[in-house]
Amino acid sequence: MKHIAKIMAFFMAVTAVWISLLQTAMISQSHTWLLPLYFIVSLGCYGLLMVGVGLMQFPTCPQEAVLLQQDVIEAKQFLKHNGVDVGTD
Amino acid sequence: MLRQTPVFILQNKNRYSIIVPTYNERLNIALLVFLVFKHIPDVDFEIIIVDDGSPDGTQDIVKQLQQVYGDDRILLRARPKKLGLGTAYIHGLKHASGNFVVIMDADLSHHPKYLPHFIKKQVETGADIVTGTRYVTGGGVHGWTLMRKLTSRGANVLAHTLLWPGVSDLTGSFRLYKKSALEDIISSCVSKGYVFQMEMIVRASRKGYHIEEVPITFVDRVYGSSKLGGSEIVEYLKGLVYLLFTT
Repeated sequence: MKHIAKIMAFFMAVTAVWISLLQTAMISQSHTWLLPLYFIVSLGCYGLLMVGVGLMQFPTCPQEAVLLQQDVIEAKQFLKHNGVDVGTD
Repeated sequence: MLRQTPVFILQNKNRYSIIVPTYNERLNIALLVFLVFKHIPDVDFEIIIVDDGSPDGTQDIVKQLQQVYGDDRILLRARPKKLGLGTAYIHGLKHASGNFVVIMDADLSHHPKYLPHFIKKQVETGADIVTGTRYVTGGGVHGWTLMRKLTSRGANVLAHTLLWPGVSDLTGSFRLYKKSALEDIISSCVSKGYVFQMEMIVRASRKGYHIEEVPITFVDRVYGSSKLGGSEIVEYLKGLVYLLFTT
């Protein structure tokens, strides 16, 4: 099944629950009408939160740049010694 | 200093074909080859360099490297001009004699020191695909501006919400594949650029392939050329929608 089909099925199920809530009036009508809005806003907030948290925890590795420079020097030495042209960039 | 070769290498009967597409990587390709030989000396591998007619003489350097390391270990399979990443992998695959294939970038953002980690993970888990991830503990990025990190994170959250891909790094291109798995997946992928990398891993996930991840560090030396303008973002969104409907 294509992924979009799974998502559509999920939304149909949620919509069916929402409509049945409207009809049986277990929760007051005014609240039920606003549920989709609550859902969208919550989804948006969740997304923003994930982006913010992810940004704060974004793993960085400045020491790797230093190690890489060392590797480059070692490589250039070996290659020059063995006849590979590493003079130009 | 006595170096202990780990068991997963000593008893490893696999052959690894490392495919590296290049365009104007005259210096980097030499450094890369040196580092590969430095970090997996006891592994049976070959490096397949797919050069798209680089004007800076990359192919001459490859020939010099063949003199040093042997033309059975370093294969030059060039193409006349820039023909795209996906087709570069397909071209390299045709000449791959290994039962495993590694794909990696030539510009040293992918460091060969992680190759043993990929191999070990695959041997331990029997995975079909091992993909490098920059976004978990133990991995990381260097050389990205705050803006770049923000768009990367935003893109990641969006893709995860829409696609449920099963991997943490969708656009990464440092991966180890079983050759049969790569051949199977690549035949059904049609996207270009980094959307291609996303398509590969999402299709693999949908097809039920066993995918494992290893943390990698990514040093972006090409400062300023991390192109993320409006058109790239549009391409990305179009790619997401395409993957949403076709995978």
